[in-house]
Parts: sequence; structure tokens; C-alpha cells
Amino acid sequence: MHSRLKRKWLVLSLAYLLAAAITLAGCSGGTSGTNGDELSGSIKIIGSNTVTPLTSVWAEEFMKMHPGARISVSGPGSGVGIAALIDGTTDIGQASRKMKAKEIEQAEANGVYPYEIQVATDALSVVVHPDNPVSELTIAQLSAIYTNRITNWKDVGGNDAPIVALSRDTNSGTHVFFKEHIVQMKGLPTEDKSLEYGSKVLLLPSTQEGASEVARNPNAIFYPGLGYVTEAVKPLGIKKTAKDEAVLPSVETALDGTYPVARPLLYYTDGEPNGVIKAFIDYSLSAEGQQKVTEVGYVPLK
Amino acid sequence: MEGSIATIMKGSVSATIAEDLEKSLRRRWRLGEKFIEGWILLAGLLAIVVLLGIVTLLLKEGLPIFFHTPPWEFFFGTKWYPVSDPPTFGIMPFFISTLMITAVATAIAVPVGIGCAAYLAELAPAKVRETVKPIIEMLAGIPSVMMGLIGLMLLSPLVQSLFNLPTGLTGLTAGIMLSLMSLPIIVSVSEDALRAVPDEFREASYALGATKWETIRHVCIPAAISGIAAAVMLGVGRAIGETMTVLMIAGGALAVPHSPTEPMMSMTAAIASGIGNAVRGGLQYQALFAIGLILFVMTLAVNLIADRVLARQKRKFAR
Repeated sequence: MHSRLKRKWLVLSLAYLLAAAITLAGCSGGTSGTNGDELSGSIKIIGSNTVTPLTSVWAEEFMKMHPGARISVSGPGSGVGIAALIDGTTDIGQASRKMKAKEIEQAEANGVYPYEIQVATDALSVVVHPDNPVSELTIAQLSAIYTNRITNWKDVGGNDAPIVALSRDTNSGTHVFFKEHIVQMKGLPTEDKSLEYGSKVLLLPSTQEGASEVARNPNAIFYPGLGYVTEAVKPLGIKKTAKDEAVLPSVETALDGTYPVARPLLYYTDGEPNGVIKAFIDYSLSAEGQQKVTEVGYVPLK
Repeated sequence: MEGSIATIMKGSVSATIAEDLEKSLRRRWRLGEKFIEGWILLAGLLAIVVLLGIVTLLLKEGLPIFFHTPPWEFFFGTKWYPVSDPPTFGIMPFFISTLMITAVATAIAVPVGIGCAAYLAELAPAKVRETVKPIIEMLAGIPSVMMGLIGLMLLSPLVQSLFNLPTGLTGLTAGIMLSLMSLPIIVSVSEDALRAVPDEFREASYALGATKWETIRHVCIPAAISGIAAAVMLGVGRAIGETMTVLMIAGGALAVPHSPTEPMMSMTAAIASGIGNAVRGGLQYQALFAIGLILFVMTLAVNLIADRVLARQKRKFAR
């Protein structure tokens, strides 16, 4: 009996060890080499859904030029990229909004010092179904739509039909940028920091899903990056106030500053980048890299 | 060895060899038996260790949120703004959404599933059953992201035009899709339960002059009720826990829904769509783990209630 009891304990501790080993294995890992001699090594890039199409093109070109380099890109949202940078599980965090002071604090508490690089500019476009007669809105009207104070298209000069306001989920930098600059009307006399998205706004897991719902549903309105504007949807002209001219989103209007909701697309690294990461960022900022920005549909830096 | 020497001394050599062989075989068999026993014990313990680990993790990561938001505000609050400053966490909309979507899925899947199982077990010719059942079970193998895609492309436009809604991304759409996903489990498990009912029951029923429908309704289904209830619980469990499909097609609005035809966000979708940007140990992270904890308690409650119902049914049937 005694030996049996002993064996039971042995087995039990074995099981526990196994569980502990699995847990530990899950916790460690997730870092990648940054020591690049002769430009080889791997870079992990995670973050904004908006920046992802651009980063993917750069990564592809860069890997063609330097076969030793391995770059992985994923785009669940700016918030995810920033969280990953704070937790030290990514080399570059891509974002379509600036890091908040609180996030920088959290990062520094974790021994991570965020270094910000602007790689391009985006004109945040507001799109509707091509059959929708509405072709321009003021920022105040957009704010009213996204706070559910206006719920019918006829109140903004359209058909008598309900408005289905689509948004990205809270992972998205676009979600946060749109909230600050449109919903809360940042920089306008009517700015109100207490405004939040209305509870009837649909929060979608990806930008692509929003764009395809707009292409299908005449009631819908959504705000993707300029890179997601296609033939299937109609971009709206944005008026800063009712007195201003409506401006359509485009590379030109974003560059000359007339389009009111242009925003920076950013890379964050832990400290100043070096090695293969620096080489990749240098490439993205080069004339050749910036040429790709226009091709993808965003606005180059110069 | 001593034993074998003893037997040689007693006589017959061949008997000794046979006995010797048997003994060594038994020893080896006992060793193998012990090894397997230990292995099974280890597997069983591992399951318990993992379960306890999950509960501990949920409690450790989730409970601290209640220092920030008191539990009643967390449960009954209707505002969920995790990335605002200051953030507010109220999960009532998610809770109601999960209940609504699960109710829609169950309301469709249970009658259809049990009806289908009754047909397959009691009425269908063997050939039909043997072709239809594997096909239905194949439905369970479709990845949930594919179901989401199908819901997005085919079902949501249909629901929108059928019910004349502003958008097809609603709890109803998600519920219909989920009913399709829990259907194979319900059909398969209840069909097995119905087929396990002894034929004597049916024969006795027919002998008393009952029709086929009366036999199914009053004899077969009550006799198989424990298996059918288990099937329903498995189906409900699948509907509560399903994430990807709901995330894609339920719409994701934060309002407390008043009807299934409104866009809504379930508890699972709330966790999935928020965990990515939640910094480990932050308030949002804790709040999401607390939702996970509540989800865990809910499924536990469903299982306990099912156990109770089953026990009562069994007692009633035994009388």
C-alpha cells in the first residue's frame, strides 16, 4: 500500500512538471534575431490593418533584394502592434495613430523605449454605396452619424433610409483616430472630448469586411484608408465646417493639406533601429520605397 | 526459479516448461499492465491539472478588474468603452447578445435536429441512413471561419431582404449559422441514443395498437431522453462558445439588443476583438479575462442543470 501511494505521488508530480514545462515553453520565445551581418536575419512586423498592404509590398521587394532577410507581416490593428511592442514580442509595431502617453509609460516600465518613424501619410476616406445620392458631409454631420444622433439618410440630404454606421473594432488605430478627429471633432470650435461612438455603430473585425459591406449595402457608411477605396464604393467629399468647400480624398489633396482628415502612418521600434531593421526602414523611406506608397494608394512623405 | 525446480523434482518436464512460460508471460503482462495503468493515470491527471490551471489563470487575471469596476457595475453596466479615457466596462450588451444568439440557434437546431434523428433512426431505410448520416456529420467538419464567410456572402443579404432590415449583419444571421453548426452534433448523438432503444419497446407499443408517430413520440423519445438531452447540451455548448462565425456576422454593435434582428456582439466576440490590443495586466486585459470567467461559469451552470434534468428524467423513467 505504501509503495503504491508513493508511486501515485511520483506520477502526480510528473504530471505537474509536464504542465509547468508546457506553460513555460509558451511564455518564452517570440523574439527574433536582429544581428545582421551582410543583411540577413528576420524581422517581425505587426500592427495596423491600414499600413499592412504597404508594408507587405515593401517586405516583398526588400526580400527580393536581400535573399537572406525574412520579414513576416501581420495586420490585426494598431493597438495590437503597440501592445506587442510593449510586451517585446515584435521588432516593428506599425500604427495608424500615435502612441498614447500612457502606452509610452507602460512601454518604459517594461524596459522598451519606443522610437517613432513616419513612413507615409493616409487620407482617411469616408465611403458609401455608389447608389447613395449623398456625396458630401461636414465633420459635424459625420460626428452626429457616428454618435447615433442622425440615424436616417434623409437628414443629410439623402433617401429616406436608415443609416448603418460601420466602424473598425477597438484593435484598430483607425477606430481611435476617427474617434478623436471626427466623432470628437478635434481642432474644431465644436470639439467635445466626451463624445463616444454610438452604441448602434457596428464594430467589424477587418477593414476589408467593412469595405465589402459598403459595396453591397446602400444604407452603409464606413471609413477605410485611401488604399481600400475601389470602384465598388463611393468616397465622400469632406467639409471641415458647413462654410468650407467639400474636398475629396486623394494623394494631391492630402499632400497640399486641404483634405481635413489626413494622418501619419507610423513604425515604432524599441530604441533607434539597427542592422537589418534599419536597412528595411531606410529602404521604405528611399525614393524607390516612397514610389511604392503611391502605387499602393497612400500618400508619400514628399 | 525455486518453483520450477520444485516442479522438476515432482516430475513431468513438459509441464514444467509450460508452467515456466506462463509465469514469465504473466510477469511481463503485469509489467505492461502497470505501465498502461500509469499512463492512463497520467492522462487523467493531466486533464485535471489543465482544468485547474485554466481556472486559476482566469481568476488571477480576471478578478483584479473588480477593484476598478465593482461587480454589479461590471455585470449590469451597458457601456463598454475599453480604449477611452477613463475606460468603462459594462458587459450587459454582450451577455444579452450571447443569450439571444444561443436562443435562436437552439430554437432552430433542436426541433430540426431531433426530427432528423427520429427520421434516421425510426423511419429511414438502412440505405438512406447509411448515406445521410455521414453527410450530416461532415457538416461538423467545416471550419467556423468558412461558416462565417458563407454567412457573410449568402445568408446576410438574404436575411436583410427577407426581414427588410437596414443591415444583414445581425444576431439572427449568426444564430441561423450557429444552428447549422450545432445540428450535426445534435442529429448524430440523438440518433445513436434512439437506435440504442431496444426493439422490444417498439414491438410492445405496436402490439398495444400505437401508430408509428405515437411510438416515436411516447416510447422511443422518452426512452432515449438522456442521450437526446446530452445531444442538446452539446449543441448549446457549441453555440455559446463559438467565436469566429459570430465575430464575422453578428454585426458587433455595443447597444443592448432588443430583438435578434439587431446587430450585436457576443461575449466570445468581445474577447476576441479586444484581446489583441490589451496590454498584459492592463485594465482591458483583466476585463476580458473576467468575461472569460463568466463564460466559464455559464457553461458550467448549463452542464449542472443538464445533469439535474437528466437525473430527474432517469428516475421518472425508471418508475
